[in-house]
Order: sequence, then C-alpha cells, then structure tokens
Amino acid sequence: MKNRGLLLYALAYLAFLYMPVLVLPVFSFNNSEFIAFPLSGFTTRWYAGLAADSAMLHALGNSLKVGAATALASTLLGLLAAKAVTRNRLRGAGLALGFISLPLFIPDIVLGLSLLLLLGAVGLPLSLAAVVLGHLLVCVPFALTVLIARFEGFDPNLEEASADLGEDGWMTFWRITFPLMLPGIAASLLLTFITSFDEFLVAYFLSGTEATLPVYIWGQLRFPERLPVVLALGAIILTVSVALVICAELLRNRGVARPRVGA
Amino acid sequence: MSFLSVSRVSKSFGGAAVVDAVDLSIERGEFFALLGPSGCGKTTLLRMIGGFETPDNGTIAIDGEVMNTVPPHRRPTNMVFQNYAIFPHLNVFDNIAYGLRRLRLRKDELRARAEAMLATVRLEGLGERAAGQLSGGQRQRVALARALVREPKLLLLDEPLGALDKRLREAMQVELRAIQRKVGITFLLVTHDQEEALSLSDRVAVMGAGRILQVAAPRELYERPNCRAVADFIGDMNFFHATVRQIGDSVTVNAGLLGILALPRANLAPGIRTDDHILLAIRPEHVGFSEAGVAGEIASATFLGERSHYHVKIAGRSDPVSVSGIAPTHGTVHLVFPPDHLIGLPNA
Ligand SMILES: Nc1ncnc2c1ncn2[C@@H]1O[C@H](COP(=O)(O)OP(=O)(O)OP(=O)(O)O)[C@@H](O)[C@H]1O
Ligand SMILES: [Mg+2]
Repeated sequence: MKNRGLLLYALAYLAFLYMPVLVLPVFSFNNSEFIAFPLSGFTTRWYAGLAADSAMLHALGNSLKVGAATALASTLLGLLAAKAVTRNRLRGAGLALGFISLPLFIPDIVLGLSLLLLLGAVGLPLSLAAVVLGHLLVCVPFALTVLIARFEGFDPNLEEASADLGEDGWMTFWRITFPLMLPGIAASLLLTFITSFDEFLVAYFLSGTEATLPVYIWGQLRFPERLPVVLALGAIILTVSVALVICAELLRNRGVARPRVGA
Repeated sequence: MSFLSVSRVSKSFGGAAVVDAVDLSIERGEFFALLGPSGCGKTTLLRMIGGFETPDNGTIAIDGEVMNTVPPHRRPTNMVFQNYAIFPHLNVFDNIAYGLRRLRLRKDELRARAEAMLATVRLEGLGERAAGQLSGGQRQRVALARALVREPKLLLLDEPLGALDKRLREAMQVELRAIQRKVGITFLLVTHDQEEALSLSDRVAVMGAGRILQVAAPRELYERPNCRAVADFIGDMNFFHATVRQIGDSVTVNAGLLGILALPRANLAPGIRTDDHILLAIRPEHVGFSEAGVAGEIASATFLGERSHYHVKIAGRSDPVSVSGIAPTHGTVHLVFPPDHLIGLPNA
C-alpha cells in the first residue's frame, strides 16, 4: 500500500533526524566514562559535576549576557525596521530587506573571519561586545521576519484610530502598537536569544579570552574524560533550546484577532 | 465662511488623481452625506479631512482654521472607520474611554461620560464585554460612541452601516439620525447607498471619479439631477435624446419619438443653449399610462405590491422604458411623458 510505504519512509526519516540528538541525553545518564554501547547503568553524577565546574558556570554567564544583549538589541532594531517597512510606503524597502537578510546566507565561518579581520583592522579588542555585534548580524533578520509578519496581521487603522482619538505617536505606540505586538516581540526575543546562545563560529572567532558556552564546550572536547560532562551540558542546552523555540512558535502564532467586519 | 470648507482639494496616488479639485462647504450642525460609487475617492477625501492623508493641493478649514498641516490628534474631528477599528485588546468601556484619557478628567467624571455615552448608543451593561465578543451592530455602536464621547466639532463616518445586514442597517439609520439630533454635532457621512444618503441627510454631495458632481438636498437631487451620472446613480431613470429648439419662458425641444415638447425653464440644467443636443430624463413613476400617447408593448412586469414595475418596448428605441404604475401585465399600452417631469440634461 502506498500510504504504508510513505509512513515507513517518514518514520525512518524521523529516526535518522532525531537519533543522533537522542544519543546525547542517553549517554549523559550513562554510568561510564566511555561513550559506547552497551550502556552500563544510570547515573546523574555528570550533571552533579556540572554544578561544581566554575569555568563552565562562567562561560554560561557570558552566554546569558551575550544572548540577552543580542536579543534586546536585535528585537529593538527589528521593531523599528519592521514598522518602517510595513507602515510607510517606502521606496526601496524590498531592497533594504534583502540586504538586511543577506547575512543569513553568508557562511558563518566567512562572517566570523571577516569580523575578526575587521576588528583587527580598526583596532578593537576581541570581547563579548564584539560577539554581540557579530550576533546582531545574524539575529536581526530573524527578528525582522517575526515582527514584519506580526505588523502585517495588524490593522493600521487601529493606530490611526488612536491618533484620531487624540494620542500622539508615542502614546499610540504604548497604548496600541506595543500591547498588540507583544506576542511577536516576545517570540522575537526568545528566537534571537536562543540563536545567539547556540551560536559557535562567530563567538569562537570574536570572544577572545571570554568563552561563551559553545566555545567552552569546544575547548573541553580535548579532554576525553570530560566528555560525559559535556554531554550532560549539551542535553540541558538541547532541552532549554527546544522549550524556548516551542514557546516562541506558540507566541508567534497567537494571532491578533483581525477586526471582523460585520458578522 | 462655512463650518467645514474644502477648497480645490486634490490628491493623487501614483499619478492617478483620486480626488480632483474638490470644493465642499458644510454648515454647522448639518447631517451631510457624501455619496458615490465604490472607488470614487470618498474615503480618501474623508481621510484628508481627518488628517490621515495630506492633500496635494487645496485647503481644508474647519471652523475657520486651516487644517492642512494639523496632525489627526490635534484636529477637532473624530472618525468612525469603515472597518470600525475597535481596539482588540480593550473591552467596550476602555475602547469608549480611550480618547478621554487625554482630556485629564477626574476619574469619576471620565467614568460618567463614558457611561452616558454607552447609554446613548444603547450598550448599557456591556462595558466589560471583550472587543472580540461583539456582534457587527455592537461593534458599530462602540466605534460611534468612541468617536462621539470626545464631543468633536465634526464627526466623520466612513460607510458606518456598510457591514451590517439590511434590517440592522435600517434600524441603525434611524438611530444615527436620532443621535445626531441629540448631540447636535455636524456629521459627514460617506456612503455608496443612495437610499441611506437620501433618507438620512440634510444635504448630499454626489461624487464620481474624484469629483463632486452635484450638491443638493435629497429631494432636489432626486427631482433635479444636474447630469446623467447623478441621474443614473440615484434611483431609476429613463433617458431620451432631444435637441433644444428655443429657450424662452419655457423651453421647446424636439424629442424625436416623443414629439415636440415644451418644458418649464427650471427643468433645464444650467449651461444648455439653443440647438444643443441634450438628454431628456424622466423617472419611471412619472411616466403615465393613458388612452392615447406613445404606443408600446409590455415586455416584462414585476409585481411590487402597491404598484408594479414595467419594461415597455416602444418602436424606434432599443432600451425598454421603465414605468412604475398600474396597468395590465401584457399587451399594448400607451405612454405619456408629462413635460413638467422631463428634465433636460447635458448630453455628456
Ligand atoms: N494609499 C493608497 N495608495 C494607492 N492608491 C490608493 C490609496 N488609497 C486609495 N487608493 C486608490 O484610490 C481610489 C479611491 O479609493 P477610496 O478608498 O477613496 O475609494 P472609496 O470611494 O472610499 O471606495 P469604497 O466605496 O470602495 O470604500 C481607489 O482606486 C484606490 O485604489
Ligand atoms: Mg471607502
């Protein structure tokens, strides 16, 4: 039967997709230093080890800082750009959007390398701030996509009605635009945060002595005995990332009820 | 100077003139309708008066003050939007009280004014209702209340009843008129529904393709349209080609099939001269059945209760004549065209 074949294919595909990802949590609970089958019993000691790892905690702190700064800045920039392209009949808006989205298609290694060269050329030190700047290039397009979709689903007459009722641009933003955009803003914050938090290459090139979490993990891979701990960390990051992305998607799809005409 | 004065206002989008050198004068306290087919520029004109579009040319003045560069939030106007634009995240009360925040009223005063307005539009007790849970008629009332509560000098209404079903629309028309009398605010209503315009307003401006064609009281508009477009748009009208023979105390025209006729001078639109080729227009209810007259054959008859509506074919004319009256349902009839009801219009 045709449907049966299709179902098998789909299952095989899902297995291929998710098996490697599942290996991570499975071995993070395996009571052995060696990553090999058969599994040799359940343990949480790798997770316990994480809590005591001060270098890891420091890297985690760095990643949180970079992620938060990137999320706030890219969402703010995205909000302004999205409002401009959806609310004003701008010339060349399409072209500008294309240019803003271009970094998405530039390989990260090229992006990281170019930024490294640029920082060197203008004499700026490698730092977490540099990482934030690099991440902005990657995250603003994401923010923009989420926020433009939100603005497009939102009747511009609402803002005009607010102006008509005596509120200036600023108050209209706070009383109408912001509350109606809130789910989109939250989705954008989560998506850009997680994109920055998980990003490795740009951070690797630009972070200098202050490692972010992915850079720290990369460093730990040189020590085989650290591998189970890294797996435990990876499993946590995986879980949190998936949870945040699901939240962002839920928020993104929570529609502003478009004004029903009539009915 | 009139209360609202629009003079030589034009607006084009991408090279196409949407509003073309429009002049309009509206008096204080008037219920004024702007009537025209879809896409003729009604919303655009209203949006310029409300401040949402800037005229390319011309001036708009309200109560003696030029408004061209005044932003919407500083204009003494309020608008009921074509789609109502109810704030979806606020309940009915907060929607209505939205525009009162700026006025810095005391809390109880704000509450009292919003509650009074809820009562005016007969939404008492629905203040806590979420915006998403309103029926079409209720949304319309919220939009009206929200605009009226600020006591604007001029209320702009963009097809406020267009989205409602027929019965609700008729009920709301009566209410809209009553509310306007009660609050005494000047209303400028945009509509493409001629019955609505004629039944509600003190005066009507008919718009077509960005221009004002005629401004008149409803009865005059119906009885004395000044051009074919207006006559066509308002009600049903028969047209006959004719030539002007002589203009004196009365007007003599050669109306071909209808013969030589003498019309009252007042029935001739301005600007028509001797020898001009014109159109004679007559409403279906003014065409009479009689013993003698232009012979015709009833092509169709529609029973409408009190009277019926007929299409009568007459020799030498392709369009049947529309007649409203009482006659047999088929066969040969004779039609008369009383000159008092024939209007001479430019043949444009
Ligand atoms: N912002 C705009 N940009 C480009 N064209 C526009 C814009 N607003 C209106 N138009 C065009 O101007 C013309 C008149 O539009 P308008 O909305 O004023 O018509 P209307 O008389 O209100 O019609 P309706 O009865 O359908 O509401 C239309 O052809 C419309 O496409
Ligand atoms: Mg319109």
